Amino acid sequence: MTATTSDALLEVRDLTVTFQTPRGPLDAVRSLDLDLEPGGALGIVGESGSGKSMTSLAIMGLQPRAARRTGSVRLLGRELVGMSEPDLRRVRGDRVAMVFQDPLSSLNPYYTVGLQIEEAYRAHRPGVTRREARRVAVEALERVHIRDAARRVNHYPHQFSGGMRQRVMIAMALSTEPELLIADEPTTALDVTVQAQILDLLQEIRRETGTGLVLITHDLAVVSEITDHIVVMKDGVCVERGPVERIFTRPQHPYTRALLDAVPRIDDEIGELRAVTPGSAVVPDQVVPTNGGPA
Amino acid sequence: MPRFLLSRVTSGLGVLLLVCLFTYLVFFALSPDPAVQICGKNCTPELIDQIRGNLGLDQPFWTQFVQFVVGIFAGRTYGEGVSAVDCAAPCLGYSFQSSQAVWDMIVQRLPVSATVAVGAAVLWLLAGLAGGLLSAVKEGTFADRFITGLTLTSMSIPNYVLALVLQYVLVVKLQWLPFPQAVPFADDPVQWFLNFVMPWMVLAIGYAAAYTRLTRANVLDVLRENYVRTAFAKGLPPSLVWRRHALRPALTPVVTIFGMDFAGLLGGALITETVFGINGVGKMAADSIARNDQPVIMGVTLLAGFLVVVGNIVVDVVYTTIDPRVRVNA
Amino acid sequence: MTSFPTDLTTAQPVEAGTDDTPEAPAAAAAGALRSGAGGTWQALRHDVGAMLGLGYIVLVTLVAILAPVLTSISGWTPYEFDQTAIDPNLGGMPIGPWGGVSAEHWFGVEPGSGRDIFARIVYGARVSMSIALSATLLTTVLGVSLGLMAGYFGGRVDLVISRVMDFLMAFPALIFMIAVLSALPAGNRSALLVVVISVFGWPYLARIVRGQTMSLAQREFVEAARAAGASGTRIVFREILPNLRSTIIVMSTLAVPGYIGTEAGLSFLGVGVVPPAPSWGQMISASVKWYAVDPAYFVVPGVCLFLLVLSFTVLGDRLRAVVDAQEGR
Repeated sequence: MTATTSDALLEVRDLTVTFQTPRGPLDAVRSLDLDLEPGGALGIVGESGSGKSMTSLAIMGLQPRAARRTGSVRLLGRELVGMSEPDLRRVRGDRVAMVFQDPLSSLNPYYTVGLQIEEAYRAHRPGVTRREARRVAVEALERVHIRDAARRVNHYPHQFSGGMRQRVMIAMALSTEPELLIADEPTTALDVTVQAQILDLLQEIRRETGTGLVLITHDLAVVSEITDHIVVMKDGVCVERGPVERIFTRPQHPYTRALLDAVPRIDDEIGELRAVTPGSAVVPDQVVPTNGGPA
Repeated sequence: MPRFLLSRVTSGLGVLLLVCLFTYLVFFALSPDPAVQICGKNCTPELIDQIRGNLGLDQPFWTQFVQFVVGIFAGRTYGEGVSAVDCAAPCLGYSFQSSQAVWDMIVQRLPVSATVAVGAAVLWLLAGLAGGLLSAVKEGTFADRFITGLTLTSMSIPNYVLALVLQYVLVVKLQWLPFPQAVPFADDPVQWFLNFVMPWMVLAIGYAAAYTRLTRANVLDVLRENYVRTAFAKGLPPSLVWRRHALRPALTPVVTIFGMDFAGLLGGALITETVFGINGVGKMAADSIARNDQPVIMGVTLLAGFLVVVGNIVVDVVYTTIDPRVRVNA
Repeated sequence: MTSFPTDLTTAQPVEAGTDDTPEAPAAAAAGALRSGAGGTWQALRHDVGAMLGLGYIVLVTLVAILAPVLTSISGWTPYEFDQTAIDPNLGGMPIGPWGGVSAEHWFGVEPGSGRDIFARIVYGARVSMSIALSATLLTTVLGVSLGLMAGYFGGRVDLVISRVMDFLMAFPALIFMIAVLSALPAGNRSALLVVVISVFGWPYLARIVRGQTMSLAQREFVEAARAAGASGTRIVFREILPNLRSTIIVMSTLAVPGYIGTEAGLSFLGVGVVPPAPSWGQMISASVKWYAVDPAYFVVPGVCLFLLVLSFTVLGDRLRAVVDAQEGR
């Protein structure tokens, strides 16, 4: 599981994603460097269109077909750029897993959450029986604190509330015990209270499993909660990077300062909420009756 | 689920009753006096009056309508005494021109219409799904543009024109197919099959084109869905992503439309049956129009309405089993 | 697709694809408004298919308008019998190749009667175009006004209109049209055709207009107009209707081929235009008896009809693609 050949978990060098447009090539991401130690947490911050989501897709080789990816992406020392599609597929979902912004549209409405977790697991564990995969799915749901997981595993995505769906997404990502979890705006589509719960969950998982985390968001308050390092992106380029404290106390780039000014004092709020629900074992979201959600 | 079904059936019955009323009203208001038709050449005003009385045509509209509706469920008898004719339970009217109950006429011809509809449906589903998928997979390529052009062309050929072209080319010129003549399946299965080849093709082509477009659009839409991206991010093999995550959502709407189209066709493919001289419900309707045999036209209209309503309900029920979101909310 | 549930499948009024997504052209409306009709025209002008289609439509329209002039040049009216052009010994087959094409009869003659096919095509174009366009106009007026009412006023108005639409769309339209037309006296068939086609055609447009009106009614500029004290009618016609312009144009263009096909189909079945007035569908119907020996007789009206339907279909399809692209879909 941990075939570490290099110290770094993720080492991105000079990553560039280029689109061919009728008006010539356009870089969605240009010459980006990223570093993440095993078990570390990195925040990528920027407004929409800054190239942060494209970065997350490009790390996994999931950039759109029209785009070209150059540079180097090394995961535990293995180069992912130029890797064959079948090999990449073995990395995706197994070593690196993703959680997306909108959990409702990111889960297939036609299948139970159980099946969607099972298929993620079975894709990387050939020969695993359905029964075994089902057990893993239930465990994964339990790990993200979904109550009555053995029953809920047979429910469809629309039968879960927004925060619960994101928990399902996280459970799905964790089912294969990946070394790296990329969360792309995992809390943006959620209510503020639910946001805090999901962030707590990510934090807890990181503590317990030692999974590395890349958290992508437009919200500096969110990254300040759980990451150690921050990369600020604008127009596909990194404009500033550094430890969280330094960025917050002494931002160098005017864009970073602008982002900081835009942050409401939400971090205090989160602090308070955390105090109310220690360990986030019991959260209001979980008690929400979950029948007949919006279709 | 039963409640949902019940409400669907109730509203379906409502629509049917309205179709019935609408149709009856139109024929009541517009049609030439059936009594005159029945009376024939040696007619006197007294005789006409007598027939009118016999058939209840002198009754007010609502009385006649209620009699008609009751007749559908309970059957009825037209006229009295020696000249009385029986019309058994699903009585959709009586054709005095053919001296036969409309329902019996329909039942005799329904299997033929069903054969035409089923064969065509198989053809158009295969062609439509394959064409649409291919077009979507090869989006923007020559193959895609070719298929798109072909669908627009196919949609624009009136099927009676296509029927004539096919008959001329395949039968008269190339002689690949025998001249169509009605043969029972048991007598000569090959000839029977060959007879239906052209009708199936002609009937299928327009639908195939429409289904190709629908499938293509749906598949392209679904491929842009976030859950397809999720499936790829999970490292699933592309074949599984396609099969499980793209096709099922993309093809679900096709099922809906297919149910409706197929139900509509069971009630007779008027033009195709007429052109190829196939003795189905559609040709019967067309012939009745030419002979001005109103009860038959009305009966076929009601049958078509019934099939569409039933098709609607079946599609709704099927939908609840294939789309989990509908299942729970219903 | 399910508009007329029979085998009359020539290009239905509402195409598959948009059928289930009323939002699709909804977005288009705003787009066309932004780039204006000029932008749409610029984009269409470079589309070979759309321009060929438009060219043929213009040609047929001109032919229809100039029918009397054209027949006076060709020398035959659509009703004249020419016994010299057919061979009585061959059962009335046209004399000469290609169904009797000659300097005298440009498109040949009808077998049996010897009537001039060119003249009948030219006058048939009048029938096809006038009925299809009138039906489109009437459907558009009905569909837009009822759709606007249902969408803007909502509540009980919406309930009633929506129910009527559901009913009409569940109705076996084609067979019923045939039934009605066959029952009616053969007086003014053209006007009747238009009315009957429109009665069953408007819900397909109204459904989309209704959906878009509902979303537009929530928008700021409508709110603003309402706050400024504008009346309901004024808001509907001044604020909402202009935003639906390109949707209506696209939908109407796509409806025309369906109506051409329906008219021809009904005439083919003998419940359309009454003979001896010529119609393309009726000519094809008459040619069924002769197809084996005189293929030219069905080829001429068949090709004319096919090209006209195709032209409108392609034009509508391209128009929608352009309008969609302007919205950036």
